[in-house]
Amino acid sequence: MAAKLTFAERQVALLILVVIALVGLAMAALGAGDAMGVHGFIVLIASLGLIFVLGASLDAPAPTEDRSREYYDDPIKVGIVLAMVWAVIGMGVGDWVAWMLAYPDLRFDAAWSSFGRMRPVHTTGIIFGFGGNALIATSMHVMQRTSRARLAGQIAPWFVLLGYNLFVVLAVTGYVMGVTQSKEYAEAEWYADIWLVIVWVAYFALYIRTLARRNEPHIYVANWYYLAFILVVAVLHIVNNLAVPASFTAAKSYSLFSGVQDAMTQWWYGHNAVAFFLTAGFLGMLYYYLPKRAQRPIYSYRLSILSFWGIVFFYIWVGSHHLHYTALPHWVQTLGMTFSVMLLVPSWASAGNALMTLNGAWHKVRDDATLRFMFVAAVFYGLSTFEGSFMAIRPVNSLSHYTDWTVGHVHAGAMGWVALITFGAIYAATPIIWRRETMYSWKLVEWHFWLALAGTVIYIFAMWNSGIVQGLMWRTYNEAGTLQYSFMDTVEAMHPYYIARAIGGLLFLIGAIIGFYNIWMTARDVRGEVHTLDHPTGSEAGEPAVPVAE
Amino acid sequence: MMGLSHDTIVGIAKSFGLFYLIALSIGICVYAFWPRNRGQFDRAKHSILDDENGPIGGEESR
Repeated sequence: MAAKLTFAERQVALLILVVIALVGLAMAALGAGDAMGVHGFIVLIASLGLIFVLGASLDAPAPTEDRSREYYDDPIKVGIVLAMVWAVIGMGVGDWVAWMLAYPDLRFDAAWSSFGRMRPVHTTGIIFGFGGNALIATSMHVMQRTSRARLAGQIAPWFVLLGYNLFVVLAVTGYVMGVTQSKEYAEAEWYADIWLVIVWVAYFALYIRTLARRNEPHIYVANWYYLAFILVVAVLHIVNNLAVPASFTAAKSYSLFSGVQDAMTQWWYGHNAVAFFLTAGFLGMLYYYLPKRAQRPIYSYRLSILSFWGIVFFYIWVGSHHLHYTALPHWVQTLGMTFSVMLLVPSWASAGNALMTLNGAWHKVRDDATLRFMFVAAVFYGLSTFEGSFMAIRPVNSLSHYTDWTVGHVHAGAMGWVALITFGAIYAATPIIWRRETMYSWKLVEWHFWLALAGTVIYIFAMWNSGIVQGLMWRTYNEAGTLQYSFMDTVEAMHPYYIARAIGGLLFLIGAIIGFYNIWMTARDVRGEVHTLDHPTGSEAGEPAVPVAE
Repeated sequence: MMGLSHDTIVGIAKSFGLFYLIALSIGICVYAFWPRNRGQFDRAKHSILDDENGPIGGEESR
């Protein structure tokens, strides 16, 4: 990690770490007795650990090669591994709470293990831990390759990646201790939110500075999606988390918004977290890794531009469809509903563009599980955007809202689209980044693919059944004009579907563990192949810095 | 409440909001279909297929 830094850069990195350690110390001292004190210790230990790692190699020889002539892939390697670590944590906790819903005794009666605390560990672990790390790692890959330029900066990529993971750790450990803002997908408290803003601004600056170095005249469309993700998530995060801390030495804060304004701000944030975190960034992955893996250019570049602006400008308005039949003004609900339906056009344009790119290369989809991951992801993207537009229509929502149908829809998107495109992109990137011929085992990629697909299908069918049964039972009246079923009747009716859902999740989790093992073995290079690429490499690679042929 | 009333915001959304979205969509279509842009779009979509052979040039010393 430090081998590619000059002596001056190592000193700057140490200085940053010392400042962070001091902040951690202050939090630990001032916040003693509160969750903030525990978080102070976490910050302190994390930064001290890195200080020791860096300090040990402070006097190591400086890099001798011309660093600007090679891509900077070390942070990408760490990012991919961290994404897989969070995948296993997030999916593991998710499957545990799935079993807990079927068998409540699995809570084991502790405060920290209650559903209300474990569910945000699952959602944050998946969205921010798994998804966020995958987005940061792949964006660093895509921004360098499409710009034909090295990352701008030696320390900034590490600051972004490790600082971001510190945020996720603070968020997740906070939930376990009962710290929450009670805002879905934005549960982390004020100091963690401020830290994320700092990291995010550094991320945006890194991206823009790398693009500014580019040697290509045109900025490839995948970068537009990644940039939309970074920029809009910054705006969403800052506005939705505006809050006044009850005390500067404790975690608790109060939102600046209240009542229906709070609800609207939250769901403007919440749905755009789906739009810009879970869609725009992953479309960036799709537009880079799918054509690359298929070795075919994207079917229509113009269509990718049109659908980019369509997605960006329609999505931002749709949040109010989460608040149908509430105190929110009727016209605002209708606005959200209308934009949700219109959104189908650019969404299907993207999915269709991906599938048309593969048209003529179906034999590759058949033979290559990595490409198949991306193909199935595009299909699920098309399916879940259709479902989402449909569910946003007010009368449909009257049946689906508050039921498991919503949970099924979210997971069709999160498992079928987001996770599958991520696994496809990671399997495509891993051999390139670690300079291996192929993955450690293609058979394990196949196993992962079929486990993931089977898990997703079982999960969403269980939730469709469960949700529609639940919705219909809630609205069934008897001859006397009163409700036919009590709430407990509907809970009992869910039981078999909850078991099926937990089995689907378990298959998906096993697939992810296999994937992690496969990536780890590829990184360790157990086959000991020496694979020399014909491009400049770092000094520690033991290869000439410039190919012999030149 | 602060300066802007609900009716004012609705008025802006229904007048300015409508026209700026229309103008934006026309602008995007013009950009996407402008004949001179075709060349760089084609170049961009093909150039990603072979981009692993290192950064072009370098900023430090060449």
